[in-house]
Amino acid sequence: MFLLLFLLIPIFAAIALLFIKKEQSVNLIAVASGLLTLLGALHIILNKTGDFDASWLPILNSRFLLQADGLSKILILLTAISFPAIFIATSNNQTNQKNVFVSLMLLTQAGLMGVFLAGDALLFYFFWELALIPVYFLCSIWGGEKRIAVTFKFFIYTFLGSLFMLIGIILLYSNTADHSFLIASLKHANVSPAQSATAFALFFIAFAIKMPIFPFHTWQPDAYEQSPTAVTMVLSAVMVKMGLYGIIRWLMPLFPSAFLAHANMVIVLSVIGILYASFIAIRQDDMKRLIAYSSIAHIGLMNAALFTHNQVGVQGALIQLFSHGVNVLGLWIIADVIEQQTGTRSMKALGGISKKQPTLAILLVGFAFANIALPLTNAFIGEFLMFNSLFQFNPWVAAAAGVSVVLAAIYTLNMVQKVAYGEVSEATNLMTAPNKNAQGVLIVLLVIVFVTGVYPQPLFDVTADTLKQLFVK
Amino acid sequence: MNAIIVSTLLGVVMMFCSWITTSAKAQRNIGLVGMLILIVANLAQLKGWWVIDFDTKGMLAFNQIGLFANMTLFILTFLYVWINGEEIEKVGNNHTADYYAIFFFILCGVSVLTSFDNLLMLFIGIEILSIPLYILTGSDKKNLLSNEASLKYFLMGSFSTGILLLGITFIYGATGSFHLTMPVVNPTTHMVTEHFLMSAGLILLFASMNFKVSAAPFHFWTPDVYDGAPTVFTSFMATIVKAAGFIAFIKVFETQRMALGFTWYIILSFVIVSTLLIGNITAVFQRSVKRMLAYSSIAQAGFMLFALYGNSIFNTEAILLYIVAYSLATIGLFAVLVKMKDYSFESFNGLAKQHPVLAFLTTLFLFSLAGIPLTAGFFAKYYMLNALLTAGAGLWLLIVAILFAAVSVFYYFKLVQAMYFTPGTPAINEIDKTYEFKLWVLAALILILGVFPSMLFNYLYF
Repeated sequence: MFLLLFLLIPIFAAIALLFIKKEQSVNLIAVASGLLTLLGALHIILNKTGDFDASWLPILNSRFLLQADGLSKILILLTAISFPAIFIATSNNQTNQKNVFVSLMLLTQAGLMGVFLAGDALLFYFFWELALIPVYFLCSIWGGEKRIAVTFKFFIYTFLGSLFMLIGIILLYSNTADHSFLIASLKHANVSPAQSATAFALFFIAFAIKMPIFPFHTWQPDAYEQSPTAVTMVLSAVMVKMGLYGIIRWLMPLFPSAFLAHANMVIVLSVIGILYASFIAIRQDDMKRLIAYSSIAHIGLMNAALFTHNQVGVQGALIQLFSHGVNVLGLWIIADVIEQQTGTRSMKALGGISKKQPTLAILLVGFAFANIALPLTNAFIGEFLMFNSLFQFNPWVAAAAGVSVVLAAIYTLNMVQKVAYGEVSEATNLMTAPNKNAQGVLIVLLVIVFVTGVYPQPLFDVTADTLKQLFVK
Repeated sequence: MNAIIVSTLLGVVMMFCSWITTSAKAQRNIGLVGMLILIVANLAQLKGWWVIDFDTKGMLAFNQIGLFANMTLFILTFLYVWINGEEIEKVGNNHTADYYAIFFFILCGVSVLTSFDNLLMLFIGIEILSIPLYILTGSDKKNLLSNEASLKYFLMGSFSTGILLLGITFIYGATGSFHLTMPVVNPTTHMVTEHFLMSAGLILLFASMNFKVSAAPFHFWTPDVYDGAPTVFTSFMATIVKAAGFIAFIKVFETQRMALGFTWYIILSFVIVSTLLIGNITAVFQRSVKRMLAYSSIAQAGFMLFALYGNSIFNTEAILLYIVAYSLATIGLFAVLVKMKDYSFESFNGLAKQHPVLAFLTTLFLFSLAGIPLTAGFFAKYYMLNALLTAGAGLWLLIVAILFAAVSVFYYFKLVQAMYFTPGTPAINEIDKTYEFKLWVLAALILILGVFPSMLFNYLYF
């Protein structure tokens, strides 16, 4: 029952916001709902909460089943941290019809939480789409200049992907003994190896588009660039995790043999994507695009590690799901603060922020280190484990993927150098008083970065049961 | 039998209604009450409370599914008339009662088409349905486009009826009977004995039925007729009439398709794929919303044809849900369209600013047509795909279907973009609160079916 209430918090807040226009109350409700959800998430993680199970569509035998295991918990925590962080950090931004904006954001949050909690394939599909539709409106109304075309591409791309998944779900469902969408039933669906491989491909397309991995990534940099920054944060910190979540939750248990059979191909694609994105990131001048490509590279690495089907690699990816979210969120908030104050995202036009706002520069350096995965930062733990598994899979693959670490250092430090140091540029001169809200959020996030980097054991503990399910027979 | 007799009587009553009152409003109310009487009469037969029954010598056979289909179509017609009542009065000059008479005659045709057991009754049903439609299409007498559409529809319709009759004749030649009987199965091989006259007859029948439901390559009349007809009547033609056509289509081929053997799947797949292709791709390039909806109705017919692929309860459920979901959304969209001053996409620009509620409702209808979850359209598509897979169709057909479903998002969302993201002043007439309320009812039905599609079927089995 608690899980249902937890899911309803953002939905109720979203409905309430439709009737409240005053900006201060809007911010207040947004932050309050976000923090309440965060408390709920902590409760779910620390205490054992029972599943919520109710009959939903008796005629199809689909159930409204919400359950939280380690995998769900870590992503719920990420989602619950991200949204209040975004709301606080962007509370000073000027937005038309802010109440509608925040309301749609909260609906997205509800969709994401639903995706991470659903234990029934049809319900999962529902939430998967529910998370997408508010984003479509958010980006198309409040986005950049080319927003409509770009968002449309993003929407059709992901919608098509999810339709493929729907066929996969129907294919498995129609072959289950008890006609049920529950994971356990789908797992024992009576399908031939060929059918299983087809269903695997159908699911995989949906997840691959969402993550995205090469060659399905073309929607992403444009979408990130054109979205309003608050939405970009949601997209890159949380929403891309839906794809990885899908792989761990659905692909790994449902199609064990097809999963292994396609591992080579997927890993090669991921490594191509990692290198490709890293090289493009080096050439970027726009901070937003740089972070977007850097994110593609990191997601590719997580995907490759998952497909090694090695306990160490999967553990690394599980940790990295959380860490990458926090790091990239920090980078986006910094980019947003800089854009709001200087009016530009071009690294050429920036420079010398350390002289104007030393705190911001220090924070930028901190998150840059986390993005490169230096030891003591949270990303180091995950990436170390993931490279470990890739090395066991194939040293050459690990070496190729390893180049991306060097490349990450190049583009990230290059960005830091151009933005934070050097002469104070004209644009930087426009910077006024520091944005206290954003800096507060950034400090909290940076504390999380270093605490989980030095003492990651709690994250290991949370995800232990998922690993056990996947690897212990 | 109740529905056939009551609808005929009501039609006659409406014909002479202008003797009683000349007020359009009173005539509309009489029409609405008539619809309710019709619904109750049909319900009485469904529940077995009161049945007019006599021996039709096997010409008609009433079963649960047919009566249930009647029920849904009558209720949809009621909703349609309830919402569009005032607009119907504006067409032509003061013929309101006549239009209602025509509606009742069409519903009589619908009831025949849901219960025929004999090919002659199929022919009669289709004629009863079609001839009033030719009149409705041309009812805007001063409008040249309307006249053109009517003439086109009449000529093409008669031609297709000719093909239908030829097909029936061939089948009669092969079997010596007009009855819809099970094809002859060879007891040793368990194969259906194929007979060239039978096959030729069925293929002709297939072509003519495709014409009625506007499936490609027999769809050419649709855009012109839908575009030329007065918008309120296009709404009726694209929903209730089309749905009745589908029910008849399925009824004929449920059993008879076996006589075609494997050929059936080839021609059906061909028609499905070409309908989806032509409907969706052409819709993308339309500039007028009305014409886009005409092509969208062709495209949706492609999805509905999936119900012909198999022969199980899944198919029946799927087509019924699809009909309801599609009709609710289409009636809603046309009800919005009717209020627009012109039908271009541009006239919707900025609607969300000026009429947020109306824009939201339109978006919901479009979502349902596109098959987005939480709307009835999603489950309609889900049931169709499920039925298709259960019937053993190749996966390629499903993939073609979803690819075109994604294309359909493209043109439905073009309207959403115009309403929400393009600034401008919408060219829209005044809309009062009652009208909005009526649209809310449609939207509520769509949402309810989008969360609990089983509500519909609860009534099917009891």
